Amino acid sequence: MLTRKQWYKFRRKKVNFFAAGFILMLLLTAVLAEYVAPFPPRFQTRGSVLIGPSSTHLFGTDALGRDIFSRVVHGTRITVMLGVSATAIAAILGLLQGLIAGYYGGIWDTLIMRFTDMLLSIPGILLAISIIAILGPGLNNVIIAIGIGSMPQFTRVVRGSVLSVKEEDYVTGARVLGQSDFFIVLRHILPNIMGPVIVLATLRIAAAVLNAAALSFVGLGAQPPTPEWGAMLNEARRYLSSAWWYTVFPGGALALTVLSVNILGDSLRDILDPRTDY
Amino acid sequence: MQQFIIRRILVAFVVLFGVSTFVFFMVHLIPGDPATVMLGVRATPSRVAALRESMGLDEPLVVQYGNFLLNVAQGDFGRSFRTNRPVVHEIQVRMWPTVQLALAGMGLALLIGIASGVLAASKRDTWVESLVMVVAMIGISLPNFVLGMLLMLFFSVHLRWLPTMGYGTPFHLVLPALSLGFLYSAIIARITRSSMVEILGMDYIRSARAKGLNEQAVMYKHALRNGLIPVVTIAGLYLGVLLGGAVVIETLFSWPGLGRLAVESIAARDYPMIQGIVLVLATGFVFVNLLVDISYGFLDPRIQYN
Repeated sequence: MLTRKQWYKFRRKKVNFFAAGFILMLLLTAVLAEYVAPFPPRFQTRGSVLIGPSSTHLFGTDALGRDIFSRVVHGTRITVMLGVSATAIAAILGLLQGLIAGYYGGIWDTLIMRFTDMLLSIPGILLAISIIAILGPGLNNVIIAIGIGSMPQFTRVVRGSVLSVKEEDYVTGARVLGQSDFFIVLRHILPNIMGPVIVLATLRIAAAVLNAAALSFVGLGAQPPTPEWGAMLNEARRYLSSAWWYTVFPGGALALTVLSVNILGDSLRDILDPRTDY
Repeated sequence: MQQFIIRRILVAFVVLFGVSTFVFFMVHLIPGDPATVMLGVRATPSRVAALRESMGLDEPLVVQYGNFLLNVAQGDFGRSFRTNRPVVHEIQVRMWPTVQLALAGMGLALLIGIASGVLAASKRDTWVESLVMVVAMIGISLPNFVLGMLLMLFFSVHLRWLPTMGYGTPFHLVLPALSLGFLYSAIIARITRSSMVEILGMDYIRSARAKGLNEQAVMYKHALRNGLIPVVTIAGLYLGVLLGGAVVIETLFSWPGLGRLAVESIAARDYPMIQGIVLVLATGFVFVNLLVDISYGFLDPRIQYN
């Protein structure tokens, strides 16, 4: 997949290996959560309430005697699922709008881009909160809200790329051959605009994970007893003075995940951008 | 220039019109009957009917929309379901703490961000630069509420220097402002560094050094002044984001601002209040962006608008 030059660029920064390794571990954990976690996420150990980290409970236990390590492990599945699905919603809607605006231009372009400008004029988290106000709190609604919240950024990037690609000779050639608009967009334009879309998607996954956790943290997303990291941190607030592990481990998992995805996104941008060749 | 400002103000009004339309339809996009959703399923039909009547839900959509715009233009956002007081009054009370937090957060972000950005640029290719850039990357990835909880853990629980939560004294402001501003200090540090690195390679910097100016004067009088232009732009843009983005930090620190009010109102299904808050915060955001756009020309006379 990577050319030799791209692999060289990736290898040049050691931190990329750390980030890629962490993401790989996260994905494996998400798939194998039941086998990695020593306890079920809702299993309460009688008499072990708010116990610090030990060999049985690696990350300690929470206020209901549940194993925090197991809950963090099961939380990876939710985090991966919501990060990917929220970004997929944003990317698909953004691609549709951006392709229509960029390819057809004219009134479609004006309508779609003014709508996009309007959405961009509301801060992302506020837009997400407005959508949750409409749909009601809950994890699924958070995914939809965050998806719609990052949609305008995709629309913008896609439209910009389409505008430059559609002037290429091979698109004109396809048109001269009498190929349909649908076919031209699908076979000639789409593959050539995917680079920037993939980079944006990676960076938006990090933002989606962060915002979803934030919304769960204020009580608008995943509800207890779901082992979602933001929701766990919300529960941890009340025990901040007595149980540091309750905050530190879910918070650390969240921060490392966002950090790794951000690092990979930055590198991906360098790798796919020919201007940084040397 | 004048023409640009007028056009920019017109665009801002169009955007605000769009935002009000979105806010109006918020209530109508609620799945099911808004009045039933607001009162809950156990409400008696007569109460639902009364609410529908008072909200004007039985009128044609166009009439409702017209009335809404007319009221909003006059600063009337209706009454809160929860307290039955005018939404505008509630928002006025909660607005100042949010503005205060946003300004303090941005102030800290500028202070930390510019200082470390300049440091990184002046110590190029040393461990100092690497350290600043690593901390900045962490700052960009660390969720603000996780940072807030860690700061609370260290400064309030462990050292007992600062209060955990609440509002009132300057001490209460420190941790929320730091949690909110740290992300932006990281962004500002990155931008300051790259802008300074670029400027330090310019001819006029070489001339300044060649005529024997000491490094301090070169750095602060010649480089920093020009290097700060992109920083000011970014700071202005993010100030708007801070206004609307303080939701989580306000909830964490029990800060009595608009963001926390928004979260409480969603839980209570207080739709007039939510509409008012979204409208006010979006207006603030658009207004700040407008000021930033206009200030470009004053900061950098080389920029021409045509």
